Amino acid sequence: MFRISSAIGLVSVAAMGLVTQPVFAQTPNEILSAIQKEAAGQSFSAARGESFYKAKHGKEWSCASCHTDNPAAPGKHAKSDKDIKPLAPSANAERFTDMAKVEKWFKRNCNDVLGRVCTPQEKGDVLSYLLTVKK
Amino acid sequence: MFKTHKKFPQIVAVAVLAMGVAMSAAQAEDDDDDEGYRGAGHSEQRGEGNSGKYGGEDRGKPVQPAQINAIWKQECSNCHIAYSPGLLPAESWRKVMAGLDKHFGSDASLTDQENKEITSFLVKNASNRWSAPTAPLQITESAWFKSKHDSHEIAPSVWKNPKVKSPANCQACHIGAENGDFSERNIKIPR
Repeated sequence: MFRISSAIGLVSVAAMGLVTQPVFAQTPNEILSAIQKEAAGQSFSAARGESFYKAKHGKEWSCASCHTDNPAAPGKHAKSDKDIKPLAPSANAERFTDMAKVEKWFKRNCNDVLGRVCTPQEKGDVLSYLLTVKK
Repeated sequence: MFKTHKKFPQIVAVAVLAMGVAMSAAQAEDDDDDEGYRGAGHSEQRGEGNSGKYGGEDRGKPVQPAQINAIWKQECSNCHIAYSPGLLPAESWRKVMAGLDKHFGSDASLTDQENKEITSFLVKNASNRWSAPTAPLQITESAWFKSKHDSHEIAPSVWKNPKVKSPANCQACHIGAENGDFSERNIKIPR
């Protein structure tokens, strides 16, 4: 009995370690490749991504409205004023390391900025741009 | 007849006094989390014959349960603080959670699973002192909020301070708001 319970204890300690450690599921480049697959052969452009990021698209906000013109800098939510951690992976290692999270935020933010979902091309361009931004 | 008439003002006086005593007792009991707060507007609202304090639009006690839901905390604190479930009634939370794709001007949509889990946490821990049939979408629309933040309590200049920015910014003054602490001792109005 003692053995079983100590084994369970060890396993749960190990499992907790896995949960609490900042292990990233994916790298930003893997995320980019996944978007590339969706984009079916189109090539991405960091320059195009930069203008897309900084421009308004018929609505009140651009990406930069919250994330600022420098994606390596901290931002502020345009409405609530809440701090936003930097978006560029060079300045924030957590960014673009979880595909589900990336999809969730593209869906939300594209809806806020463009009033529609973004195309794989647009997402790929923006991520390509963000990957060129140095800290 | 004449005698009764003569006594009438006295009866009224006694009745008013008794009401006053009863009200302050009720208030002291109700507001023991507010450390002696005596707000203007309470008696007015109560005199209208609505059930409960603030015409039935009262926040829960506690406003936040000891056991919080991790997904709620994570998802609801991305763009603003995770507002304590007890600040609104269950029906308000159901409405908020059903309209996340258009959440006060932003798309805040979640996966179905996340939405279900968070809604259940909010509904379960919603205000337990809300008896009115109302269900505002904004905390600032509720009678308890308005009464506690009216011009007798908070000078209008406070709201104009850029550090406060909006009444939705609880933590600008309630320094423990993120943990559901709205007690009077933890208020610091920025200058």
